[in-house]
Amino acid sequence: MKTILNHITYSLMLGALLLSTACSKKSDPAPEFQEQNLAPLSVEFDNIVGDRTFSVNNTGSPYTNGAGEKFSISMLQYFISNIKVTTAEGKSYTVNQDSSYFMISGADKATRFAKVNVPEGDYTSLTFTMGVDSLRSTMPIDKRTGVLDPAAGGHDSGGMYWGWNSGYIFFRFEGNSSVISDDANGDPTGKKQFKYHIGGFGGYSAPTINNIKTVTLDLRTAGIARVRKDRQSNIHLFVDVMKVFNGTNSFRIAEHPNVMFSEYSTKVANNLTGMFRHDHTEN
Amino acid sequence: MNRKHWLVLLCMGIFITACKKDNPLKQEIEQFLGFHKPDNFPDPTYHFATNPVTKAGFELGRALFYEPRLSRNNTISCGSCHIQSSAFTQHGHDVSHGIDDRLGTRNSPPIMNLAWNKAFMWGGGVYDLDLQPVTPITAHEEMDESLENVYSKLRDMPKYQQLFRSAFGSAEINTAVFMKALSQFMVMCISSNSRYDKIMRKEAGASFTSAELNGYHLFKEKCASCHAEPLFTDGAFRNNGLGISPVNDLGLYTATLIETDKYKFKVPSLRNLTYTGPYMHDGRFLSLPGVLEHYNSEVQPTPNLDPLLRQNGRVGIPLSGDDQKNLLAFLKTLDDEEFIKNISLSEQ
Repeated sequence: MKTILNHITYSLMLGALLLSTACSKKSDPAPEFQEQNLAPLSVEFDNIVGDRTFSVNNTGSPYTNGAGEKFSISMLQYFISNIKVTTAEGKSYTVNQDSSYFMISGADKATRFAKVNVPEGDYTSLTFTMGVDSLRSTMPIDKRTGVLDPAAGGHDSGGMYWGWNSGYIFFRFEGNSSVISDDANGDPTGKKQFKYHIGGFGGYSAPTINNIKTVTLDLRTAGIARVRKDRQSNIHLFVDVMKVFNGTNSFRIAEHPNVMFSEYSTKVANNLTGMFRHDHTEN
Repeated sequence: MNRKHWLVLLCMGIFITACKKDNPLKQEIEQFLGFHKPDNFPDPTYHFATNPVTKAGFELGRALFYEPRLSRNNTISCGSCHIQSSAFTQHGHDVSHGIDDRLGTRNSPPIMNLAWNKAFMWGGGVYDLDLQPVTPITAHEEMDESLENVYSKLRDMPKYQQLFRSAFGSAEINTAVFMKALSQFMVMCISSNSRYDKIMRKEAGASFTSAELNGYHLFKEKCASCHAEPLFTDGAFRNNGLGISPVNDLGLYTATLIETDKYKFKVPSLRNLTYTGPYMHDGRFLSLPGVLEHYNSEVQPTPNLDPLLRQNGRVGIPLSGDDQKNLLAFLKTLDDEEFIKNISLSEQ
């Protein structure tokens, strides 16, 4: 009995010690900003739909947008790139381009973390691109590897590359809604599908639509990122796909069930930056 | 004579010994030396620095070009719609005819002198030859296959493992090496040995007849501003006044969404017209006289009609019966029989 008590006491003491060590970290001063002194940082893209969690093929309990239209989701995929962090003193670090392209897939939870390395430091601001920058969109075939490989994700099933336009689909969001008509203005196949394929990097030879969006989030309210070598700082974002419909340019699914490479895509793209909000940071 | 010259001579010597009999010596040397710019051509636009043509790369590209596994049900190869004897077009088909007999909306363009092309497809949208094959492979009415499936089919074949290894040093098949190999074959599809070329290069015995010469002068006066020598295209996108078709193909606009690009299509080369009919982006004209009559009397003032086709208060290009005859005689001198019979470009 005594030995068990001893064990408990030791465990408690050890726990307290660990806690005090953990707490003391919070107060440790920000290390000197050195570009070579890299430590891990992750940005979590946690998809949500309004007040509800995100799920695919939720036909049994559809979501409802601001216009009162019920819908379910069959696919959500988007590119995040060019991650940059900035300290309170205004020192910023941009992640090396070759390790700064991520494709977040709603159906695959494992893809929700963008894992990068940045110098040790306390960061108060996060900046990233939703989409693929124009430079990378015009690069030679050798540079189009990983998620940027035109072969990635197949063709119809999950492809994020437009062969006919040599450009990437930045944001691909598909689902079903009973409000969609069966005629040419809706879905003539009768499947009542909506498809939003938003891309457009500005054109090779003449300026064309540019739907590349840069998002900057202030981390001071919900928690700055303290990046140190001995731990994993995680900036946890909520990505509210309801904002596609209910953003600054709200629209009805029934009126625009298909938006791909068209003038109207720029209006939908303007809604996309509003999807990202900083919820908290795990340091 | 420097070292390089000696090396070339040495290689020639080897080839002469190797193929004394009937193999066309010239082709073998060209193949071995990689890409070679014809003397009367400008510098190419293709980025050879990042993808130099090698013998093994070219041979792999050729195998892939004629490989039906690039299509969903292994029935259609690139060569199905780009047939060498038709100067790498699909002769007799107004629009291309792909998998499951599905029809596209455009006429298959020639695989010819692509190293000098700045943009691909009739309606643009693709600006790097290395990215062009994505389109026909994945298009529903062409090959209807995914790139990843193509790679996995090829990975199962020892033949391709070996070809990729000798071309790129590794049996690994990925997008970069697959596309580079196809480009290496396509840039070697050079048509530069028509009678016109031989005349321009002042090769012995080459000359125009008087009708051809008259046609050449007419061509320079009335056609050359768009069909610029020696490639016979300026590579630009223009609206040549075709009546709007029932499918209302908007051309370059589809890729740019710029209002002034509506109904503009890439100016095609005039080389090898004898083999490449029918003509225009949708193959609407079955014969060259039909094309010339279009310019003479059928040009329509559709939106963004090229200003060159609206001069002195009229649309089109006036061409008398004699003009047309002479032009047709000249255009014949652009046929390149060596190109369509070059066995190094054929399925092996």
